[in-house]
Amino acid sequence: MLNPAAKLNTETFSSQTPSLAATRDGFGKGLLELGEKDPRVLALCADLAESTRMLAFKEKYPERYIELGVAEQNLAAVASGLANYGKIPFIASYAAFSPGRNNEQIRTTISLNNVPVKIVGSHAGLSVGPDGATHQALEDIALMRVQPNMTVLSPCDEEEARKATLAAAAHDGPVYIRLAREKTPVMTTVESPFAIGRANLLWLGENPQVTIFATGPLVYQALQAAKELESEISVSVINIHTIKPLDTAAILAAAKNSGAVVTVEEHQIAGGLGSAVAEALAQAYPVPIEFVGVRDQFGQSGEPAELLAHYKLDTPAIKEAVKTVFARKLQ
Amino acid sequence: MLTEQKIKELELRAEAVRETIVEMLTAAGSGHTAGPLGMADIFAALYFYILKHDPHNPGWEERDRLILSNGHIVPVRYAAMAHAGYFPVAECLTLRKFGSRLQGHPERLRLPGLETTSGPLGSGLSQAAGYAYGARMDDKKFRVYCAMSDGEQDAGNVWEAAMFAGNNKLSNLTAIVDRNNIQINGMTEHVMPLEHLRAKYEAFNWHVIEVDGHNIREFVDATEQAKAIYERPTVIIAHTIPGKGIKEIEFDYRWHGKPPSKEEAQKFLAELRTLKGKIASEHE
Repeated sequence: MLNPAAKLNTETFSSQTPSLAATRDGFGKGLLELGEKDPRVLALCADLAESTRMLAFKEKYPERYIELGVAEQNLAAVASGLANYGKIPFIASYAAFSPGRNNEQIRTTISLNNVPVKIVGSHAGLSVGPDGATHQALEDIALMRVQPNMTVLSPCDEEEARKATLAAAAHDGPVYIRLAREKTPVMTTVESPFAIGRANLLWLGENPQVTIFATGPLVYQALQAAKELESEISVSVINIHTIKPLDTAAILAAAKNSGAVVTVEEHQIAGGLGSAVAEALAQAYPVPIEFVGVRDQFGQSGEPAELLAHYKLDTPAIKEAVKTVFARKLQ
Repeated sequence: MLTEQKIKELELRAEAVRETIVEMLTAAGSGHTAGPLGMADIFAALYFYILKHDPHNPGWEERDRLILSNGHIVPVRYAAMAHAGYFPVAECLTLRKFGSRLQGHPERLRLPGLETTSGPLGSGLSQAAGYAYGARMDDKKFRVYCAMSDGEQDAGNVWEAAMFAGNNKLSNLTAIVDRNNIQINGMTEHVMPLEHLRAKYEAFNWHVIEVDGHNIREFVDATEQAKAIYERPTVIIAHTIPGKGIKEIEFDYRWHGKPPSKEEAQKFLAELRTLKGKIASEHE
């Protein structure tokens, strides 16, 4: 059942037509709120104001919007200078370009320099769809989580993305926020808890046999899988919206409780959530793990649903992984 | 005012900075020699005349910001800072050693007064432009200086920053290019020709001044002129001699990335101590 403490939108699961919005929309809303709250907040963009949802901020606070053009290296390093001076710059582009193209500038001028630049990587994952492999960032979590001082957020829906944006601004240090282009079900509500570094239990299995750790919009598919398996295998679903710092305590407790784990992400398994969870469990409490994620491949053009099915990231694939890990546990 | 006496004093400061550079690199056993020596006159002018700063209060909000983009010449900055009173000159001998605040490439969080962390080339001008942009938003009066190498101009990031600063008319930003014509693989015009460098910056809407980088008055005058240009950022292309002050090192690109041995250092220090203003006299 849905965990009452998570204060989720129950209609999302009962309805055939859940309410949909993109995580990038939540970022746009959050940024607009920040504009009102904190004059230090700036929006820097590399020629993608509309699609990264910086446009509303640009229109309302033109003096705090800085255009960089198609220059992601400059985007990161100019933001470093602004943050060093005392501003709180959000920099937005597609994740494939930032932190893709400008990784070294982020490493040296933001992470090592430890200045509060907020890096917003939109259009992450396969669900960018028709644009194809060049634009489908599948390694951005890996790139960002290996940098000391960096916090890595991967919100599951529009509302959580809004909260993540506010939390990123309040956090005194570099933050990466991973966003998606597609509209996806909005599960969380204004009342749902969100704190950087604190995982949220969304689905409560009775004496759970398997725990699913999921991140990003695929949390919805993970919940669907848990619901559909209800009569077969008891499953808990935990939303890991913060990849770094990882909520190791919550992950260990859940692994001990269930004895088997599935990770779910729209990202390469290597270096992503799956790796992070495996690193944590291997050290303290090894249990069987199955990884749902991209297996060392690039994406391709297609509709998001087609791609999620092809790369085995959808609800049936998650259910399959749960069954597999459950069987391994019983061996 | 920049009197003849003041210039003489700055030249002697530059000479002391050069001696410290040789001593610290020799003690470190690794590091870059030619670039720091070539920029000693400019750094002496910056730290002892041009910059508004307070060595005893490095975080002073109204200070001018000096951003060093080509982090590998940081020995010249460390030496100038030490002589200016930021920290004891003796600490320069900890350069590149374990536990030292004087990292091989500068790290802002390790040593107060460094402004940024740098080493990977090409992104200092961006950071300086961001700093200048933010300061202008708040009507701050301080200036932002950014020292770059010429080899660094190969990097695309430099031109992204040049375009941004030119477009935004960041007149509170003064860039300095150390035009010493060498980089690791050889002469800049052989590795990847930069000329016509002046025309390139002019095309990006910068005010360009070319100076002899060992003539302190010329350099100071250029920084003053930059303050009077309101429509554009200024870049001072400072023609310098790599390794300036030590005949054996001058113009030799092989000294880009190696330190003197102990024996060489003795000879070089003796040579430097006999200069007493000779560097300036060559240009009078």
